[in-house]
Amino acid sequence: MAIINRGFGGRRGTSDPRLPPGQTLVDDWPVLTAGPTPDISTDEWSFTITTEAGVQHRWDWTTLHDAGAEDIVTDIHCVTHWSRLGMSWRGVSVDRLFEDVETSCDFVMVRTHDGYTTNVPLDDLLEGQAWIATEADGEPLTAEHGGPARLLVPHLYFWKSAKWVAEMRMMPTDEPGFWEQNGYHLRGDPWREERYW
Amino acid sequence: MTERFRAGWHVGRVASRRPEAASAVRLAIDVPTWPGNHAGSHLDIRLTAPDGYQASRSYSIASSGPTTQVVLAVDEVPSGEVSPYLVHDLREGDELEVHGPLGRYFVWTPDDADPAPVQLIAGGSGVVPLFAMASAREQELQGADFRLLYSVRTPDDVFFADGLAALAKTRVDMVYTRRSAAGAPRRPGRLTRESLAELTFPAEAVPRIFVCGPTPFVETVSGWLSELGHDPARIRAERFGGSG
Repeated sequence: MAIINRGFGGRRGTSDPRLPPGQTLVDDWPVLTAGPTPDISTDEWSFTITTEAGVQHRWDWTTLHDAGAEDIVTDIHCVTHWSRLGMSWRGVSVDRLFEDVETSCDFVMVRTHDGYTTNVPLDDLLEGQAWIATEADGEPLTAEHGGPARLLVPHLYFWKSAKWVAEMRMMPTDEPGFWEQNGYHLRGDPWREERYW
Repeated sequence: MTERFRAGWHVGRVASRRPEAASAVRLAIDVPTWPGNHAGSHLDIRLTAPDGYQASRSYSIASSGPTTQVVLAVDEVPSGEVSPYLVHDLREGDELEVHGPLGRYFVWTPDDADPAPVQLIAGGSGVVPLFAMASAREQELQGADFRLLYSVRTPDDVFFADGLAALAKTRVDMVYTRRSAAGAPRRPGRLTRESLAELTFPAEAVPRIFVCGPTPFVETVSGWLSELGHDPARIRAERFGGSG
């Protein structure tokens, strides 16, 4: 099936080998959220990893930073076809947070402070692939972009990078989160265009 | 939801096109394999240049139900890549690749069991999915009370003016931000928290609320709704902006 749209040229200036198929480069940073932007202070923010045994590992704003933040430069790709390249972030590697976590589960349900969920395989969160991010473009993360802290999993479509991240709950099998129940792909690899199912 | 419209790739053909407000086009696209869609969902359009270069964008669908003709209203983003082609270059009879229907959250279905009123709040071209919901409600004999608050620059920028005027089951309130219609009850001006409160279901009615528009509009309005006592969990938002 190859439809050619005659007269369509496109904006070739935005072509870049770092852009996955179907993506367009943007300079601004669009906001996509299912509901209102919640107002969460750093005092009330916390993050918890809950294992299948019910063991909870918890961080508040201070202990998260004690775990050691690092600078990240990465590309991000939204399922709604925009990408930003070479964006600078600061956050705590998920590897650090899993150092003392004992689990045999391969899947994680990520929960946010406003109650949304998204599922991510554990293998996509470890080995330097994911962070709890607190800064973007050199500034504290604003509420509309998920501040005070969001998950950052830049090699997957950006809805997996849950805003206002609150918890990771270990799961023995992969189950769809809120977004995935509403039609988004279980994994979401932009290079395979795993947008919808 | 009793039905599920599975997303897939389809080839559509432009059945008709007509100007929609000052900067937009209304496209009716025949998609013989279209499974139908819920009111409020969207689709992706993928354009392919003769040398194989492709670009995709998402558009809300103004139509709903088990139909094989989908209606879109595409607003031109002047510096955009896909919308200028759809607004200026696409002709009746042209074929298009579409992927959808997409989105099962920002939708309203006639079999919805929630009896609470439904408040629709549109900023500019954000009216498209909300018009689909109001039109779907129109098809039902019984159902929730509907209100639509539509903020738009001038009367010339109104989408689906004829369709909105014909709605019998949705009360429509217009807020013109730059220039009002002759005889309009309100002076032009941006929506305020007070006018929002005045023109929407009160929090005591526990309405379900759908807000769609540019990001600053949605951020502002949903913040006010929370301040007015609405439960954030009852507010569904769709923001757009950017890449056109």
